[in-house]
Amino acid sequence: MSHSKTHRVLPGFGLSLGFTLAYLSLIVLVPVSAVFIKTAGMTAEQFWTAVASPRVVASYKLTFGAALLAAAINCVFGLLLAWGITRYTFPGRKLVDALIDLPFALPTAVAGIALTAIYAKNGWLGQFLEPLGIKIAFGPPGVLVALVFIGLPFVVRTVQPVLEDLDAEFEEAAASLGATRWQAVTRIVFPTLLPALLTGFALAFARAVGEYGSVIFIAGNIPMVSEITPLMIITKLEQYDYQGATAIASVMLVISFLLLLTVNGLQSWAAKRTGRTY
Amino acid sequence: MSFKTLSRRSAIALGLTAGFAGLASAAFAAEVTLLNVSYDPTRELYQQFNAAFAKHWKAQSGDDVTIKQSHGGSGKQARAVIDGLEADVVTLALAGDVDQLHKNGGLIPADWNKRLKDNSAPYTSTIVFLVRKGNPKAIKDWADLGRDGVEVVTPNPKTSGGARWNYLAAWGYALKQDGGNEAKAKELVGKIYKNTKVLDSGARGSLTTFTERAIGDVLISWENEAYLATKELGPDKFEIVTPTVSILAEPSVAVVDKVVDKRGTRKVAEAYLNYLYSDEGQDLAGKNYYRPRDAKAAEKYKAQFSAVKLFTIDDVFGGWSKATEVHFKDGGIFDQIYTPGAKTEAPKADAPKEAAKK
Repeated sequence: MSHSKTHRVLPGFGLSLGFTLAYLSLIVLVPVSAVFIKTAGMTAEQFWTAVASPRVVASYKLTFGAALLAAAINCVFGLLLAWGITRYTFPGRKLVDALIDLPFALPTAVAGIALTAIYAKNGWLGQFLEPLGIKIAFGPPGVLVALVFIGLPFVVRTVQPVLEDLDAEFEEAAASLGATRWQAVTRIVFPTLLPALLTGFALAFARAVGEYGSVIFIAGNIPMVSEITPLMIITKLEQYDYQGATAIASVMLVISFLLLLTVNGLQSWAAKRTGRTY
Repeated sequence: MSFKTLSRRSAIALGLTAGFAGLASAAFAAEVTLLNVSYDPTRELYQQFNAAFAKHWKAQSGDDVTIKQSHGGSGKQARAVIDGLEADVVTLALAGDVDQLHKNGGLIPADWNKRLKDNSAPYTSTIVFLVRKGNPKAIKDWADLGRDGVEVVTPNPKTSGGARWNYLAAWGYALKQDGGNEAKAKELVGKIYKNTKVLDSGARGSLTTFTERAIGDVLISWENEAYLATKELGPDKFEIVTPTVSILAEPSVAVVDKVVDKRGTRKVAEAYLNYLYSDEGQDLAGKNYYRPRDAKAAEKYKAQFSAVKLFTIDDVFGGWSKATEVHFKDGGIFDQIYTPGAKTEAPKADAPKEAAKK
């Protein structure tokens, strides 16, 4: 072969790329672009009043704020959980492992109703918290609780395989070379986990931004205080304002996309630094 | 030979006749299904009414009719029909939602509410209060709902038909007081929503919040729902307070023309709705705590309701279209309660073009 068209080791690149693009278009891009096409029929002023009214802006703050906070909380505690179930053996470990997936499987409305029942002022936990002045259900803290609940498995499940890969020998080696425990964690363990942790964060965040079912039962839905953006979209739909609904949806999509892009950027930076890719 | 042919012919003819007869009878005694798309609290009423109508229709026409029910928030149900749910009839919480079937997609003519008696609302209801046993906050009338320290539960009028009646009832009450005017009405309604700690998206959600989650001192509720709740959840826990003035809520019904013409079910669908006005239909409405239109049934069930002065939405608000325009559309009075000054805020001049490109 004189004219050397570089052959890849794996055959079928063209085919698989074509399939990937076609499939992605069909499943993701077409529905998403429908949102933007529907919005395109609006005048600039209509669009602006739909997406920038004070109630809607308040809902962005709550939705994205609570989703970021919930994802951060899940990163801390999800990491602890993943550590607990990969590094130690204890009776019932398999059970704990299975329990973590429960928020995946539970219909979100069921989760919302259960959480509300627990945190309402006559609920199991609510009855002790309310006298202390801590009000969880029917307010922004309720939103956070619901988002933490649904986001937990994302962090645990992304961090867990990396932790399983990361042999305790690395830490032993660090220790034998004179590193303190703190150094071993901050210099060896954490950098290795960071890309996976960021992925988990991004997934938990994305899930939380779009969550409707569980939040709606526990939020209280008071305008300017505890309305989430997906509820604003539903509210617009209830008023037969399809364009207004898609306008808000398109803003959500753009913000989410930018945030996810940032997280992905961070993640590839972290991966490059440690030479690992997850 | 000839006999044979004849017999064969007649056999064929006989067979054909029998076949046609069979087909014909199959066509006429066919099992007809209707879909009734309704709102939340009518479940119990229509379960009983559907059985009664099926029996009546069988006796009258010889056909079997099965009626399927669908329930949910009234606005959501209307939207489902607009989006293609094949409802033969709709029985929704308010005329405003039925109007949407005309405005979006022209499923019914504009004058749909003239087609049946009493604005096409065969039964009525009103808005009352459900309070905790003993009425610890001494709630007697709409004005008490605006007092400091009273917690109110009502659904969001943007998403719930019942909640719109609640809102308009409070507004109308304030107008009808001595020296009542728009400003005072806005003040009272504003205070009531300031006292509202949970805005569920539908009437059943609010009922759950109030009864199961023990939130709030008072639930603003459909009268029929309040009676049902006290009966089912225990009269030892809740009591009903009927205000001095409230709104005449007219849940309206309509045959969905485009659907029945396509499915060929117009006759039975019309009979179904007409039967709501019959003695039996009116009796079932009363039994389920709706106020019957028919004088005889109304008299029979009079004792179960408290006296209340009722006003209609047409008298006070000039109909649903106007009420929606002024109170519930984006930037309307309901929005202003939560975002004072929002209406005067002009859109920023430079930003929209940027935003529109997205």
